[in-house]
Amino acid sequence: MSDSDIRDAITTAHHEEWARVVASLTRRFGDLDIAEEAAAEAFAIAVARWPIDGVPPNPGAWLTTTANRKAIDRIRRENKRDDKHKEAQILYDDPPEPLGAIDDERLRLIFTCCHPALAMETRVALTLRMIGGLTVSEIARAFFVQETAMGQRITRAKAKIKAARIPYRVPSADDLPGRVSGVLAVLFLVFNEGYLATGPDSDPVRHDLTAEAIRLTRLIRALMPEDGEVAGLLALMLLTEARRTARVSSTGELVALDEQDRGAWDAALIAEGHQLVRERLAAGVAPGRYQLLAAINAVHTSARDFRDTDWSQIVALYDQLARIDASPIVALNRAIAVAELDGPEVALATIDRLDDKLAGYHAYHAARADLLRRVGRSRQSRAAYDQAIALAGNTAETAYLTRRRNQLG
Amino acid sequence: MQYLVSVIDDQTNSATPDEMTDIDAYNERLRADGNWVFAGGLSSPSTATVIDNRRGEALFTDGPFLESKEYVAGFWIIEASDLDVALKLAAEGSKACNRKVEVRPFL
Repeated sequence: MSDSDIRDAITTAHHEEWARVVASLTRRFGDLDIAEEAAAEAFAIAVARWPIDGVPPNPGAWLTTTANRKAIDRIRRENKRDDKHKEAQILYDDPPEPLGAIDDERLRLIFTCCHPALAMETRVALTLRMIGGLTVSEIARAFFVQETAMGQRITRAKAKIKAARIPYRVPSADDLPGRVSGVLAVLFLVFNEGYLATGPDSDPVRHDLTAEAIRLTRLIRALMPEDGEVAGLLALMLLTEARRTARVSSTGELVALDEQDRGAWDAALIAEGHQLVRERLAAGVAPGRYQLLAAINAVHTSARDFRDTDWSQIVALYDQLARIDASPIVALNRAIAVAELDGPEVALATIDRLDDKLAGYHAYHAARADLLRRVGRSRQSRAAYDQAIALAGNTAETAYLTRRRNQLG
Repeated sequence: MQYLVSVIDDQTNSATPDEMTDIDAYNERLRADGNWVFAGGLSSPSTATVIDNRRGEALFTDGPFLESKEYVAGFWIIEASDLDVALKLAAEGSKACNRKVEVRPFL
């Protein structure tokens, strides 16, 4: 095996086994901190030993055994210091599992990391660390936070999980839909931060984050294949990711949907996304938010050309979405589709009514600017572009909006 | 595992008769399901006295140790197997007393 083969083997093992190792140690020792540290040690030993000893035949088992040994070493060390630590090991004597619950140790870990008693930013950080296996410094960089601050956030979260006894289990059937939507919200946030990265020094698209969000959503999909919203979110991410390279020009400017080179879209991701959407349609269950957003993206990605888009279908899907999510952002996106169907004047009338709710949202002003431009109200369009530019946080979007503004007559 | 469920309010002893009925019913449920440890309402912070006897000479200060608009107006101590159970019970408690509550685990 060459050095690069071994590096690949370690990377693969890290992707496939990290969450499993952390989860199985958490289950055994009832302590996220011990589990995380021992898992990290086991991977560090693999990096040192595998190039010399060769990759073990079953890397997952090797990593779990090594991590287990490290965890036991640490507990022994601490027991010598303080007998009280023995209590830590017996803290989590398992309550009986509810019958029929989906069970995988990684799934328990996901629900613990995304517990509603933790702040959203903490859930994101914990999920990326414990499930995704990102290092603290990688997570800190991803969210433009100092490494020490991110370390403290994760440490505090682990301490709260232990002290308040946030359970390590899959929620009961009654609580499951609400808790799954909490997990999906975390993954969608990671994806969106990658897809529309904010910050003046940030790349406009952070492929590392979108890829990680997709990887984790795939994992959850594998663990909960029956859940429609999990499938919906995965489809939505795939259909969005498929357009990634076409969405930013070589000069770092956002390319709007109507100007994108559709030949540059990733056909394999689109096919996979469409397949998931079809699967959900065939299920005959009323779709949730992510499934509807995925369906809207499926319509977009089915059109060979912007002008071929089935706008009435898109407006109908937005109508359905508005019934379960009455947010002004849904109303805004619906209006943008209405502009293609009934003309910009009609859309503008709707959009103007959203002003009090969306005045602080850059996409609202960008949409308004575009509609005003199309109806020839240049002066007002310019003012709206100015507002959009002032509020936009994504460098590619700012570049795009600036060019459109400067093209106004 | 025990949790302190603090009732957060800007006044004390202010429950309406309807709220009292709901609180009594909630207390009964806690007792019946084995989650009850203790509960009580507190007088306002203006009735508090802070004592500092760390140096062996008790110093009394009139008023609470922390001035704030909202404070702990009452509390439950509940027994629950984990935070999910505690949060569910606390949510019922918040509904019953019609106030915000805070859940904190005992050490």
